[in-house]
Amino acid sequence: MTPPGPAPPAAPPSDAPPGSPGGAVLSGRPGPPRPGVALGAEVPYNGCMSELAKRLAAKLLWIVVVFLGITVISFAVIHLAPGSPTDMQTTLNPEATAEARTRLEALYGLDRPLHEQYADWLSRLARLDFGRSMSSDHRPVWDKIVERLPLTFGMNVASLVLTLMIAVPIGIASAWWQGRAFDRAATVLVFIGFAMPGFWLALLLMYALCIHWPLLPISGLTSYGFEQMGFWERLADLARHLTLPLFVYTFGSLAGMSRFMRASMLEVLRQDYILTARAKGLPLRTVIFRHALRNALLPVITILGLSVPGLIGGSVIIESIFALPGLGQLFYQGVMARDYPLIMGNLVLGALLTLAGNLLADVAYGLADPRIRAARGGGR
Amino acid sequence: MTPRGDAGRPGPGRLSPGRLLGRWLGRYGMLAVGGGIVLVMSLAALCAPWLAPADPTALNVDAILQAPGALHPLGTDALGRDVLSRLLWGGRVSLWVGFVAVGLSVAIGLALGLAAGYFGGLVDEAIMRGVDVMLCFPSFFLILAVIAFLEPSLTNIMVVIGLTSWMGVARLVRAETLALRGRDFVLAARVAGAGPLRILFLHILPNALAPVLVSATLGVAGAILVESSLSFLGLGVQPPMPSWGNVLMEGKDVLTVAPWLSFFPGLAILVTVLGYNLLGEALRDLLDPRLRG
Repeated sequence: MTPPGPAPPAAPPSDAPPGSPGGAVLSGRPGPPRPGVALGAEVPYNGCMSELAKRLAAKLLWIVVVFLGITVISFAVIHLAPGSPTDMQTTLNPEATAEARTRLEALYGLDRPLHEQYADWLSRLARLDFGRSMSSDHRPVWDKIVERLPLTFGMNVASLVLTLMIAVPIGIASAWWQGRAFDRAATVLVFIGFAMPGFWLALLLMYALCIHWPLLPISGLTSYGFEQMGFWERLADLARHLTLPLFVYTFGSLAGMSRFMRASMLEVLRQDYILTARAKGLPLRTVIFRHALRNALLPVITILGLSVPGLIGGSVIIESIFALPGLGQLFYQGVMARDYPLIMGNLVLGALLTLAGNLLADVAYGLADPRIRAARGGGR
Repeated sequence: MTPRGDAGRPGPGRLSPGRLLGRWLGRYGMLAVGGGIVLVMSLAALCAPWLAPADPTALNVDAILQAPGALHPLGTDALGRDVLSRLLWGGRVSLWVGFVAVGLSVAIGLALGLAAGYFGGLVDEAIMRGVDVMLCFPSFFLILAVIAFLEPSLTNIMVVIGLTSWMGVARLVRAETLALRGRDFVLAARVAGAGPLRILFLHILPNALAPVLVSATLGVAGAILVESSLSFLGLGVQPPMPSWGNVLMEGKDVLTVAPWLSFFPGLAILVTVLGYNLLGEALRDLLDPRLRG
């Protein structure tokens, strides 16, 4: 499928520097540090309201196209790979005959041509039907996903918020004191943060805080006897179980985000209007937080959208280490059992979250950029 | 480690030896540290057969889960295998995966980036939209699924990592090609009758290589991280062949009694990835003075 008519907007969030091939995938790191890279993604000045609407429409159309692209590729790759979900129930079972296998494949529709299977799957998806899991419980995929979504989604959002709350001040301070002790220390930490494998950090923390000094529970989501606890006890119990995973999540994206903030702030601080603001004697705080920060935040917003796939990927590892019943764990189980509908459901959800993240980033970009706000008549 | 950028700050009067050293460290410190780490790790991996004190797969029931000591500098694992030897051999796997996967991703990225930048129009549109699609992919999910389906093997891991990581290079090369396409020397070559292939590979490519080199160096670090994560999940390099990720995976199960089994492989990953990242950053600064922060 090719996008008909309007071309995608001039500056999709993906114009930010791409992450390193693998690292970004894993832990939500927006790639290794790129200090000084020109970050100011150019947004064309929009003269009027209809221009904005047109941009939004093009963006939405583009999202549909990307989404279809992702599903086609995933579907093809997963179904064309050797082996079949029926292997588990037939070749591993000495009593299963070839005839039973054929019947099973017919039951799942696996004997039909691939494009028919895809069309079928897509039309069901359009009705929000993700199909039934091929595992022995045969529950609807959607139910399986929904019961695990809150944990993974909540953790990701919480870690994003935490990351921003920590990384933005660090980035600002590093840029302001460029080359001074604080910046040097932050730089060292950033490089270590980039190279730190999340699963190793998790194991180190587990050893230190759960085994050597048993302060926190080692894994799982709840303690024994959770059902009998009162509301506040339950909350405290959950918090204790989620502290370490949240820390590992956040640490993974902290380095990239603070580095980005620093580079972006440096770029802005170099501008003439900052010099002007300082020259006319405005207090430092006003210059940084009123004049510089808003502009420096723009590239960071776009990076947030791009970091969603990394967070989703990271959840597989973190949830498997800490034995958390989230989506990552569900996906891992689905992959191991070759549960096609479950895998596709997860991939679709991941793609949707990523696209939603990109769209949100785009909207936030529009809200934060005075040039775009001005175009809508609300600016100063 | 030294920060970039402040080395050139002029001192009062003549530079003292200390300041000179500081200036040198500021300019080349990162290169020295990063290059040093990469060199040492590569040599250790290449010389594993001679450096390793024991066979990395030799079981020894008399030395199960021994703490680091004289006989086994980094201890032994649950099957009595020497951890140091396993890490040295595991380094070969990581290095091999890193280089082959990045080689593949650079090859794809170069080809597509050159085509998109040079031919423009529909070709460009199609390729860059493809890049956007790939960037929106929850790619670790897909890598996991594909590896699990295809049987985890070294070749499959390298190919899949390579196939899912070429987008950055494609973008870089496209941007460079776009910038170079209109330059006089390219025009001159065209006037002289050079075909597109000749122009692309002889005139444009050499001028676009610097950022690709930087990106490839950083890419090795990324590929090593992905490989070790896959191996840690049991979907990467399969035992008994050692890899840093699967040694760590085995260490996880005995974390309470043998923490060294989890500590050293992670440290090896950390240091190696750090080395490649530092080297890549240093190369960027050296090759492209415009980007110096």
